[in-house]
Amino acid sequence: MKTLRDTQVLFGRTMRHILRSPDTIITVAIMPIAIMLMFVYVIGGAIQTGTNVRYVIYLLPGILLIAVASGCSYTAFRLFTDVQKGILTRLHSMPVSRAAALWGHVLTSLISNLITLVIIVGVALIMGFRSSAGVISWLAVIGILVLFTLALTWLAVIPGLTAKSVDGASAFSYPLIFLPFLSSAFVPTATMPLVLREFATYQPVTSIVDTVRALLTGAPVGHDIWIALAWLVGIIAVAYALAMRIYRRTV
Amino acid sequence: MRDQFVPPAIELVGLRKAFKDVTALDGVDLVVRPGEILALLGSNGAGKTTTINICATLLRPDAGVARVCGFDVGTQPDQVRERISLTGQFSAVDDVLTGRENLVLIARLRGVPRPTEVAGALLSRFGLAEAADRRVATYSGGMTRRLDIAMSLVGTPSVLFLDEPTTGLDPQARLEVWRTVTELAHAGTTILLTTQYLDEAEKLADRVAILHAGRIIADGTLAELKALFPPATVEYVEKQPTLEEIFLAITGGEA
Repeated sequence: MKTLRDTQVLFGRTMRHILRSPDTIITVAIMPIAIMLMFVYVIGGAIQTGTNVRYVIYLLPGILLIAVASGCSYTAFRLFTDVQKGILTRLHSMPVSRAAALWGHVLTSLISNLITLVIIVGVALIMGFRSSAGVISWLAVIGILVLFTLALTWLAVIPGLTAKSVDGASAFSYPLIFLPFLSSAFVPTATMPLVLREFATYQPVTSIVDTVRALLTGAPVGHDIWIALAWLVGIIAVAYALAMRIYRRTV
Repeated sequence: MRDQFVPPAIELVGLRKAFKDVTALDGVDLVVRPGEILALLGSNGAGKTTTINICATLLRPDAGVARVCGFDVGTQPDQVRERISLTGQFSAVDDVLTGRENLVLIARLRGVPRPTEVAGALLSRFGLAEAADRRVATYSGGMTRRLDIAMSLVGTPSVLFLDEPTTGLDPQARLEVWRTVTELAHAGTTILLTTQYLDEAEKLADRVAILHAGRIIADGTLAELKALFPPATVEYVEKQPTLEEIFLAITGGEA
């Protein structure tokens, strides 16, 4: 099928961008790794998580979400560059599937984020992260991270298509990078002041982090996984619809 | 005589387009015959890019019909896209990739057989063989533009749209582009090029159409346009009007 073939060709192109500048993957991985080192070795000793889980395991899910949020800012940046340089216009004047021009970026975002996540899990392993999770649990963790990446990728498409400047294109990710700090990712929400606690309890990151943590530690997942999935599917649906609407108007 | 059943390469009838309250095109009629080079001349904001974008299936007109090679751009955009190429105002090349990779990419997307060979042939034809495996980021403005045009020729489109192909180029690069366009014309490609440089239109085009405030206000060969100009009468030295003078005279001199 034409759309699939075009997507494959364009995916190859953007992946080549990533391989040509591996610094983007490293840059994306470095900040979450630095946060992880700081929290585990500097602050972590003083944090009471109320569980007997090692802190590196406790915070890893939040670190992974931060990595995806900052990785997706590059997705917005790459798409923005294509719009600015007229590459999207060129593709649209060619017999090329319009969907493929976007899906090439989406798939690249997915793969490059997964590479970053593997690097970070590698560092966590060196820092003593061990998991008793079985194959099913790991598949569930990967599935949730893939959905989270897709959700933020489709969100990233919106500024990628509409931004007026490079900074504008990637700025959307800053609040998302910050969101795990206002969740159960680093400390239990119970010690937070009331308003913050309410926010932290009900924002999507908490249910996602709690689910991934439970899966990694072999704890009962409870109904958190359904809340997490509802958030993820909901965000993907809304972001995709908005992004496609904007895309159809572009060029 | 030309076969009368061959449709015009480009045919615009009563084309209108407005952006919010601003009228960009106010009834454009234009016919470009196969193999012809037509320069669409106009100052900034005259509607040149809007016209090109409609022909290249990027914009829908509010009213009127645009046909390319006999296909309606609104209802048969796929057939149109198979037959055209657009070189926009700014070079649309991927500067992370090499020149060769850019060409292979376009060849793959166009489904051209043997993409690598097609890329190689275009690189030598455009004097880019030596730089072929360097990243485009290292190219000069002229080289980038030549690559841009080479990318538009992958799959040998029958109609080429060049939107201000020399804007922002230095004189040397400009000459390179001119040479390329002339060569293409000899090869039989129909070219619609827009420009705000009058000497460019004079130099390259078989026919010039002047777009002003969203309408074609003059359309003909250079000789025909010169005939519109009031003949010199009382001067001692009879001076041929330049296209610039013709342009200023018929647009009312605001340019």
